[in-house]
Amino acid sequence: MSNVVRAEAAGTRIEAGQLPATARKPRGGWGWRGTPYVFLAVPLVLLVVFTYLPVVNMFWYSLTSWDGLDKTKEFVGLDNYVAVFTRPELFRVFYVSLYYFAASFVQMALALYFATILSFSTRFRNLFKGILFFPYLINGVAIALIFVFFFKPDGTLDSILALFGAENLQQQWLGNPDINNISLASTSVWRYMGLNFVLFLGAIQSIPGQLYEAAELDGASRFQQFRYIIAPSIKPIIGLSFILAISGSLAVFEIPFIMTGGANGTATFVIQTVDMAFESLKVGLGSAMAVILLVIVLVVTWVQRKVVPEEKVNLT
Amino acid sequence: MFPHARRTRLLAVAAIASTVALTAACSGGGESAEANEDGTPSGDLLVLTWRTDLLEDGTFDEYAERFNEEYPDVDVEFEGLTDYEGEVRTRMNTDDYGDVLGVVGTVTPDQFPDFFEPLGDVEELETEYRFLRDKTFDGQAYGIPVVGNTQGIVYNKTVWEDAGITEPPTTPEDFVDALKAIKENDPEVVPLYTNYKDGWPLTQWEGHRGEITANPDYVNEMAQSDAPWTEGTDHYVIDSLLWDVVNQGLTEEDPTTTNWEESKSLLANGRIGSMVLGSWAIQQMQAAAEDAGTGADTIGYLPFPHQVDGTFYAAVGGDYNLAINKNSENKVAARAWIDWFNTESGYAEANGGLSPLKEGPTPDTLKDFEALGVEYLELTPAPAGKESLFADIDAESEVGTNTPDYRQRIVDAARGASGETKDQIFDDLNSEWAAGRAAVEG
Repeated sequence: MSNVVRAEAAGTRIEAGQLPATARKPRGGWGWRGTPYVFLAVPLVLLVVFTYLPVVNMFWYSLTSWDGLDKTKEFVGLDNYVAVFTRPELFRVFYVSLYYFAASFVQMALALYFATILSFSTRFRNLFKGILFFPYLINGVAIALIFVFFFKPDGTLDSILALFGAENLQQQWLGNPDINNISLASTSVWRYMGLNFVLFLGAIQSIPGQLYEAAELDGASRFQQFRYIIAPSIKPIIGLSFILAISGSLAVFEIPFIMTGGANGTATFVIQTVDMAFESLKVGLGSAMAVILLVIVLVVTWVQRKVVPEEKVNLT
Repeated sequence: MFPHARRTRLLAVAAIASTVALTAACSGGGESAEANEDGTPSGDLLVLTWRTDLLEDGTFDEYAERFNEEYPDVDVEFEGLTDYEGEVRTRMNTDDYGDVLGVVGTVTPDQFPDFFEPLGDVEELETEYRFLRDKTFDGQAYGIPVVGNTQGIVYNKTVWEDAGITEPPTTPEDFVDALKAIKENDPEVVPLYTNYKDGWPLTQWEGHRGEITANPDYVNEMAQSDAPWTEGTDHYVIDSLLWDVVNQGLTEEDPTTTNWEESKSLLANGRIGSMVLGSWAIQQMQAAAEDAGTGADTIGYLPFPHQVDGTFYAAVGGDYNLAINKNSENKVAARAWIDWFNTESGYAEANGGLSPLKEGPTPDTLKDFEALGVEYLELTPAPAGKESLFADIDAESEVGTNTPDYRQRIVDAARGASGETKDQIFDDLNSEWAAGRAAVEG
């Protein structure tokens, strides 16, 4: 074997790292080296075809007055963007997002609470884990149907209230424009809490058990264990959930779209975008709105990362 | 770490390229015969349909079998789409949208030649068919309706009779009074159900435009008007009635939780008094009444409560129009299917609608209208060069006469949920419409 081949093999061992030296059979030097990229190509192609190309297309549509069907797409420059920014009623819907933003804090608090409790050895903990995660697995359409029935007059919620003699609390949970966004945001909490819960639980379970033992020996209460061990070690996950909460509440779509169709003051920015593109048939303007939402989400995330910088967790 | 060796990079590129090629290959290919040598239609035919219910219960397979008795060499396949309008519109950006399909409502007339095969001179086709004008452009017909619809109000006869109403209301005020009587007679009954939540049933109110003034040119004139919501216009009368019934609490308690499928059995069981729907709905309601054991006779059909010189008018027009995909490789068979479907299949009668044929029979479902002497009114198509004007203004202004949004807004305001007044909404609609006109004509 020539020195050249050996040198190359040695060089790549450091690069690839994961293979034991004996398992390598350098055939011409490139075969196994390229293999990861061949495997990578498939997801990359899918990503490009189904994510980046559509986004590029969307940018292009946002510069046209296309109606979604015409054979020709007339270029109108930045007219659509000007239109969006000169129509304040298009931005008014962002205040609906505040409901979901507030709800996401409730959601994170609940998820954290349950994750902490179930990370200790609670009776039936696996059953409870399943129950809490289950709503996330249900199809959004089914959830919407369940909750329309839950909220409708004389529906489940009203019946439960009647059962406890609280008839005076009964009202139009979806029909009353003062509270329908709260009803919808609660549905959203019910649905997505399981996801947050699993994220938190995973993070909590990665904390070494000796830390709890040591803490218990030192006489720490459960709350103190949470305050000084769990909370600091899952900080990055909480940070991540926070970013997801902001971008998620700006881009709420599914639940209000299926439950109310965005009627009666429940329209979010995404519902408005979809209506613009597919009901008013202004795909160009709708695309411009989508681009603006993308930019807003990126900016918010960037600001959030600047304000709350990522910290390395060190428990020892 | 990016591949250093050039060959590695080449390999990666090749892999990506082949994946793309494979993906592309899936959508290509497929051959088709135009027709047999003697001119009889043959080959594969893909028919897109919005009637997924008839696809599931096998009705369409029967149609295909009977079609094959006449044209044995054509292999008909169906594809049902639940969100027909949305999905087909998107698919029309490709060449692959079946051989025969229903013309999507949002395609404007000036776009017809880009997507559909002309079926013939409209004057000539009109010797045989009716309701064609809506889907014509430049003197050519691009679609033939499978069935004709008229517009009205389905109601539960028992509920109305129990409330002591035996004569059809002839004015909007009469109608409101009738609904009030129903409510007084039994407060548990919803006199008029809007089906607000599903949205599209509210667009059925739009079908009555033209009837109020008995003016077949109403829509064309609306495209020339800067204030279509002024006292006396069709839209003013129709939307005022909607406002009044909601405002007076004669509709469902919480409109945001309505349910279309449920509404059929509620009407059949007398929990609902009436609903504003096209004649296509009569048969579905009758079926629901049969299922509920109250009998199809419970369901009646009323014209819009408005008369011109003592006569009711009801708008008629085509339902979906069948058309041929311009890119179809089997246009001969596609044409054979359309002609067969409209003349031989019996679809229109089976669905209780008006036949698309000029000489077609009047269906049993409309015997109520016949007894009342209702005059049918077919809207005049737009003059040449302005075929798409109305649709363009409608879209540009974002009023959306055929979208649920603007009538949901009226319902919300009328029940006091949004704080807007009727005049505010109508003024707003007028100014939006005027702005849309200015933008389109400008």
